[in-house]
Amino acid sequence: MPNYEELQQLVTQVRRDILRMVHKVNSGHPGGSLGCTEFFVALYNEIMELKDGFDMDGIGEDVFFLSNGHISPVFYSVLSRRGYFPTDELNTFRLIDSRLQGHPTTHEGLPGVRVASGSLGQGMSVAIGAALAKKLNGDDHLVFSLHGDGELQEGQNWEAIMYAAGNKVDNLISTIDRNGQQIDGATEDVLPLGDVAEKFRVFGWDVLEIDNGNDLEQVINGLNEAKFRTGKGKPVCIVMTTEMGNGVDFMMHTHAWHGKAPSDEQLAIALAQNPETLGDY
Amino acid sequence: MTKYTDQGKQDTRSGYGAGMTELGRTNPNVVSLCADLIGSLKIDTFIKENPERFFQVGIAEANMMGIAAGLTIGGKIPFASTFANFATGRVYDQIRQSIAYSGKNVKICASHAGLTLGEDGATHQILEDIGMMKMLPGMTVINPCDFNQTKAATIAIAEHHGPVYLRFGRPKVANFTPVDQTFEIGKALMLSEGTDVTIIATGHLVWQSLIAAENLENQGISAEVINIHTIKPLDDEAILKSAKKTGCVVTAEEHNYLGGLGESVSRVLALNHPTPQEYVATQDTFGESGTPDQLMEKYGLNNKAIEEAVLRVLKRK
Repeated sequence: MPNYEELQQLVTQVRRDILRMVHKVNSGHPGGSLGCTEFFVALYNEIMELKDGFDMDGIGEDVFFLSNGHISPVFYSVLSRRGYFPTDELNTFRLIDSRLQGHPTTHEGLPGVRVASGSLGQGMSVAIGAALAKKLNGDDHLVFSLHGDGELQEGQNWEAIMYAAGNKVDNLISTIDRNGQQIDGATEDVLPLGDVAEKFRVFGWDVLEIDNGNDLEQVINGLNEAKFRTGKGKPVCIVMTTEMGNGVDFMMHTHAWHGKAPSDEQLAIALAQNPETLGDY
Repeated sequence: MTKYTDQGKQDTRSGYGAGMTELGRTNPNVVSLCADLIGSLKIDTFIKENPERFFQVGIAEANMMGIAAGLTIGGKIPFASTFANFATGRVYDQIRQSIAYSGKNVKICASHAGLTLGEDGATHQILEDIGMMKMLPGMTVINPCDFNQTKAATIAIAEHHGPVYLRFGRPKVANFTPVDQTFEIGKALMLSEGTDVTIIATGHLVWQSLIAAENLENQGISAEVINIHTIKPLDDEAILKSAKKTGCVVTAEEHNYLGGLGESVSRVLALNHPTPQEYVATQDTFGESGTPDQLMEKYGLNNKAIEEAVLRVLKRK
C-alpha cells in the first residue's frame, strides 16, 4: 500500500520547485509540468524498479523517456528529489553552464536523462529501441515513456505506434498526457486528435485510461494495471487526462501557461496554494 | 606512379554487406536495422545468420533512427541502413537530436549515394548528404572508395564509439585496394606520390583520380593522389604536407561542391597554407535519370574532368 501522505507531500513540494524554477529565469514550461506532477512522483517513487545511482545502459532496472521535453521542470525536480543529483542544482535551471538545460539532454551528463528531447515526436521510437535492447539482453524490466497529446500531431509517433504493435514490443508502457492543450490553443482546435485511446487500440495496443491524472491514487492504480498488462504480446498505452497548470488555480483551464513564467506576485499566490512540505531547494 | 589493379568490379554496397556478415559472426552487440531495402543494402546473409539481431522497420526512416538511438541504451551497436537520401535529409532532425546531440553510438549506413544511383533520378540522388552530416557536432563521416575498403570501414566503425555516417554506392566499380586491409578512421591514404599537383579524392572518384594521374603522367605531369575515406575528422596533416610539396590541389567527390570534401580541404588550406584549388564536384545542381557513366560524364565527375581541373589549377600556381 503506497504511503499516500508522503507522496502527496512530495507532489506539493515538486509543484513549488517547478514554480520557483521557471520564475527565477522567467522562462520555461510550468503548465504541462504541473499537470504531470502526480505522474512523475508516482513513477519514480512507487512504480519503477530503479537501481541506486545512474548508468546509461539501465540494465537490470526500469527506464523512462520523456518525449515532450519541454516539461523539464517536473522531470528535473523529481529526479533530484529521487537522489539523482543535488536539489541545489535546481537553482541552475536554464542558466549558462548548467546541466539543467531548457530541454533535457545527455550532453551535459545530467544523471537520470538517457536521450535529448524537445524536438517533439521522437521519444517513442527511442523507447522502443531501449525496449528491444532489453529483450535482446534478457532483461525483464520495463520501459516507460511520456508524450504530450499535441505531440501526437508529429507523424513519427504513428510510425512508432505501428511498429511497437506490429512487433509485439510488450515491455513498453507509453503514457499520453491528454491535457487537451497546446501552444496555440485547444488540441481539438489546432489539429483535432479525436479519440486518442481508440486510435491506439486500432493500431493494436492494449489501452487503458486514467480519468484524472491529477489524482495520485488513480495514477498509481493505472500504472500498476499497465505493468500487469505487459508481457502479453502488446505494447501498453495509458491515455491519462490531466489538467494543465494543476495545483495553481489561475493556471488551470487555459493554455496560457504552457510556456510562460509567473510574475513575483503570481508566484507568491501560486506558492501559497502549495505550502512547503519537504523543504525548498 | 604507383599502379593499381582492378581485382574485378564490385559495388561498394556489397562491401557493406560483407562487412555486416563478418560483424554478425564476430560482434554479438552489433544489430542491424533496415527500412524496406534489405536487397539493396546486401544484408541478406547477416539477417539469415542473426534473425534476432535484425529489425525490419518498414518505410519509416524517422522511427528507424529513433529505435537505433534507443538500442544503444543497453549496449547494442545499431547499424541503421537505407538509401543515402532517406538516411540523411529525410531524418535530419532525428539524427541531430536523438543521435548526435544525445551522443548515441549509432552507425548510419547509407547506400545509393550520389549520381551513380542512376536511372531513378534526382529524387533519390542525394548530393548534399556529406555536408549535412559533417555539420553535426561529433559525427564521423566516412566515404570509402571500393568494395574492399567499404568492407573494412564497416568492420572498423563497430569499434569506434560514437555516431558515424558511412556512405557508399550502387554501381559496380573497380575494386583495387587490398583485401582484408585495416581501416584507420581519419587517416588519409597516399595512393601515389607526385610533385606537380595533389589530387584529393573520396569515394567513387578515387579510382577516377588514379586513371587521371596515369593519363597526366603521359603528358609529363606528376600527380600525387590521396584517398580521403574519412571526411570528418579530416587528416589535415596529410593534406598540408602534400599541398606544401606540390603547390596546388584538385579535390574530387560525387557531391555538391557546397558542403563536401572540397570545402573541408579549402578550410584547412586557407587557415594554414593558402593554395590554389579546383573542385571536381557537382555545381549546386540536382541530378537526373541516366546511366551512372552518362551522369558522371555530363556532370563532370570522371577522370576527364579531373584531368581538366589539374590543367586549370597548374596555371594558377
